[in-house]
Amino acid sequence: MTTIAVWLKVDGERVAHDLRAACERLHSADGEVVLDLSEVRRIDPGAVHAIDKLATRADEKAIKIVLRGVNVAVYKVLKLMKLAPRFTFVS
Amino acid sequence: MTDAVPRLSEERIAYLESLVSRARSAAAVFTQYTQEDVDRIAHAMVLAGLEKAEYLARLAIEETGIGVLEDKVLKNMVATEFVYHYAKDKRTVGVVREYPERGLVEVAEPIGVILSLTPITNPTSTVLFKCIMAIKTRNAVVFSPHPNAWKCCFEAVRVMHDAAVKAGAPEGVFTCLESHTLKDNCYLMRHKDVGLIDATGGPGVVRAAYSSGKPALGVGAGNTPVYIEKTADLDMAVVDILTSKTFDNGTICASEQTLVIDEQVYDAVLEKFAEMGAHLCNQEEAELLARCVIDPKTGSMQPAAIGRKATDIAGMAGFDVPPGTKLLIAPIQGVGRAHPLSVEKLFPVLAVYRARSADDALRVCVDVNHSGGLGHTAVVFSRNDRIIERFAEAMNAGRVIVNSPGAIGALGGVYNDMVPSFSFGCGTGGGNSTTDNVNLNHYLNIKRVARRTQAHMWFRIPNQIYFDFNAVEELRQLRSRSTVIVTNAALEQMGHTAVVRRCLPGNTQAHVCIIPDAEPEAAVILRGVETLKTSVADQIVALGGGSVIDAAKIMKLLYQSPQADLQELAAPFLDFRKRVAQFPTEKVQEARLVAISTTSGTGSEVTPFAVLYDKARGRKVTLADYSLTPDVAIVDPQFVMSMPKGLTADTGIDALTHALEAAVSIYASPYTDSNAMQAIAMVFKYLPIAYECPADQEARSMMHNAACIAAMAFSNASVGVNHALAHAFGARFGVAHGRANALMLPFVIRYNAGVPTKFMPSPNQRAYVAHKKYAEAADALRLGGRTSEEKVNRLVAATEQLLDRLHMPRSIAELGISVQDFEAAMPELVKAAYEDPSWKSNPRMPLLNELAELFWSAYHGRAAAGSAAPRELQTA
Repeated sequence: MTTIAVWLKVDGERVAHDLRAACERLHSADGEVVLDLSEVRRIDPGAVHAIDKLATRADEKAIKIVLRGVNVAVYKVLKLMKLAPRFTFVS
Repeated sequence: MTDAVPRLSEERIAYLESLVSRARSAAAVFTQYTQEDVDRIAHAMVLAGLEKAEYLARLAIEETGIGVLEDKVLKNMVATEFVYHYAKDKRTVGVVREYPERGLVEVAEPIGVILSLTPITNPTSTVLFKCIMAIKTRNAVVFSPHPNAWKCCFEAVRVMHDAAVKAGAPEGVFTCLESHTLKDNCYLMRHKDVGLIDATGGPGVVRAAYSSGKPALGVGAGNTPVYIEKTADLDMAVVDILTSKTFDNGTICASEQTLVIDEQVYDAVLEKFAEMGAHLCNQEEAELLARCVIDPKTGSMQPAAIGRKATDIAGMAGFDVPPGTKLLIAPIQGVGRAHPLSVEKLFPVLAVYRARSADDALRVCVDVNHSGGLGHTAVVFSRNDRIIERFAEAMNAGRVIVNSPGAIGALGGVYNDMVPSFSFGCGTGGGNSTTDNVNLNHYLNIKRVARRTQAHMWFRIPNQIYFDFNAVEELRQLRSRSTVIVTNAALEQMGHTAVVRRCLPGNTQAHVCIIPDAEPEAAVILRGVETLKTSVADQIVALGGGSVIDAAKIMKLLYQSPQADLQELAAPFLDFRKRVAQFPTEKVQEARLVAISTTSGTGSEVTPFAVLYDKARGRKVTLADYSLTPDVAIVDPQFVMSMPKGLTADTGIDALTHALEAAVSIYASPYTDSNAMQAIAMVFKYLPIAYECPADQEARSMMHNAACIAAMAFSNASVGVNHALAHAFGARFGVAHGRANALMLPFVIRYNAGVPTKFMPSPNQRAYVAHKKYAEAADALRLGGRTSEEKVNRLVAATEQLLDRLHMPRSIAELGISVQDFEAAMPELVKAAYEDPSWKSNPRMPLLNELAELFWSAYHGRAAAGSAAPRELQTA
């Protein structure tokens, strides 16, 4: 059974900051990490960079990252940055 | 630049990748921005650009040594203020345009990362312009400036980037290469994350952009001819040309290059130029100039001369001119390599040619245009609109500037209402993808949201339809000086023609045109037209069955419009409303067509169709146009009381086929449905009676009406594959039309009621409903059944039972046609059926093999159809 190691709600106003924090918590995590992005309306280049880093770190630790509640505009950014395949998306 | 993938050091690649990566990230993030966001950012950038206009111009002059400071400032201001004025209210995010009447909405999609190459001649202004365009359209740009102008461009990009980011744009939205090589460009042009190359510069750069395999906007060199025609306002022309050609020392590629002046005003124009500060070179000076500023090997301008002052250039060439000389004008006798100064010169030197006539002038302008200026810009000064029009037709130029300066005119927004731009598309003539002034639209992918539209439908029938016994009396009300009655010999002998004659008004001259009792051939039609001409007919009364009425329709067409080409009018078409062949509307004569049907089947008295027999090719040709519809239809059953039984059955089944095909047609509408269903019910009820009791007046009358009502339905909904099959088979084997229809009908009902192999595109239908329509018909006949399938089966059975009752042949084999003959004819039958326009409105698109299968089903008859045994019918 999958263990949900981290469940983090990302603040729409501090996206990059919260993603970096999530990245830090991967050190001690295993199994599955769920990030709730339902309050995120838009991401900036800093957040894109943080997501990229998070995905890389998760790959290294074989941790599955689930992004929850991603709106279509943000999802499109992840597609354009070719980051989408590195995550699992749930509504 | 070569097409090969360049070899770059790892460090260099990392540097280039970092630029693209930043731009890509910014572009992705930028997709989330709203119109309000980008408008706010653009506004901030424009203010920053205006504030730094002089600073950036000074940097450009210092770095390139090209041009005039004041003019570069002006260009920077145009690139910001004018471009902003054009762009500020333009929608570039989300829905950008709507066409509600067409059901179309256009939605903007950014391109992503644009690689932008900028020129040495207009370095900072081009950067400012492209930054504003990119921001408005939510794109990121990697700038690659001309190597000798990279510092000023880098600074211009920084100014724009900082202003944009401060106003909320994503970091990295503009990046710029520092000093770089052609290899860098080559690498970037092939980068997978670059969506578009926007190359403004020389032909080499533009060619490289287009050969990269990426979508590109390459705009480049020009060679602008200027025609000063004898009617021109000469003072205005001289000042405009001086203003333009000296602007930034002639560095704008749209600037004037060769003056072509009508000889009547040649001396006067040059005198005015001299008065305004131009130097007119003598022959010796012109030769010195050509040797100095044109590379003898390439025939192109020397880069060292670009953007230099006229006085400097004269000095370089080795002759003196007065201080303050603005422009050097050198006479040439022609265009081409033998006349070096006839090429593009991005400095204040103009060639001038004395034209002996307007034709001579236009020829020389064409020569200049074709000497490196294709697609770019051409200028004409004239008060003669015809000359301006001829000039515009002759020039291959994206911009034909009239009575205004070429360079500033081409920029747009100052002297005219063209889009302000610093990139001039030169079309295919210049090897470019557009002739436009590059603008916001070129920086967007436009998505078209196309809602389903439905063309309006129609219901058209003759203006007047008179029916019931003695309806023919209505002829008395129709005034006519000369009437030709078109009929056949049998009807004449039966006395029907005499009835018609009696009903014509007393002062009408009546003529009778007897035609054979067969589908009309062209020769028959032409003889009829001669009769109409000799009798100067103003009314045609067609008295007969379908053949006679169809013949009369075509006679009327050729009588009124002798230019009509029947072969062309019979050309195949897919949609009645979009057909290529148009029936003539110009008429040399006017004649009313009154159709009196003597059979109860074709309904030709109300239809817009006419069938002609093509004797040479052994097949029927259908003409279709509402102009063929008779003006008056008379449905008088007195003319069908004596119809033989066989004809009653054949024509009655034809009427039934019309109604059933109209009911399931892709053009069916509530208007046609009501007619179709009514006709189906009437045929099932009255046809057997009319067949079995020919003297039954009610049955005869109702069948006559049913045929007409069915025809009203198919006149507007058309028929279907049954008719295509019947036309082909009937023509090939000489079988009466109604009988041919009957042979196909049960199989076609089953075929259409099944799930189609291919659906017929039909915007007016929202689902496949043929089986439901047949079920409706079954319900109208009270045949019972619960499901559509059951109802269709019962309709087929009822149809077969009706055919049996009418003693119709139930298979083609029954007609005595051997399998071998039928098989041999099959390719021809399928081809003819496929070429027949009737199936174009069938609900199911018949494939060629399906047509063959239907023919074979009809050949073998009911056994092959597997139809249910006839059962008792309970008709309405």
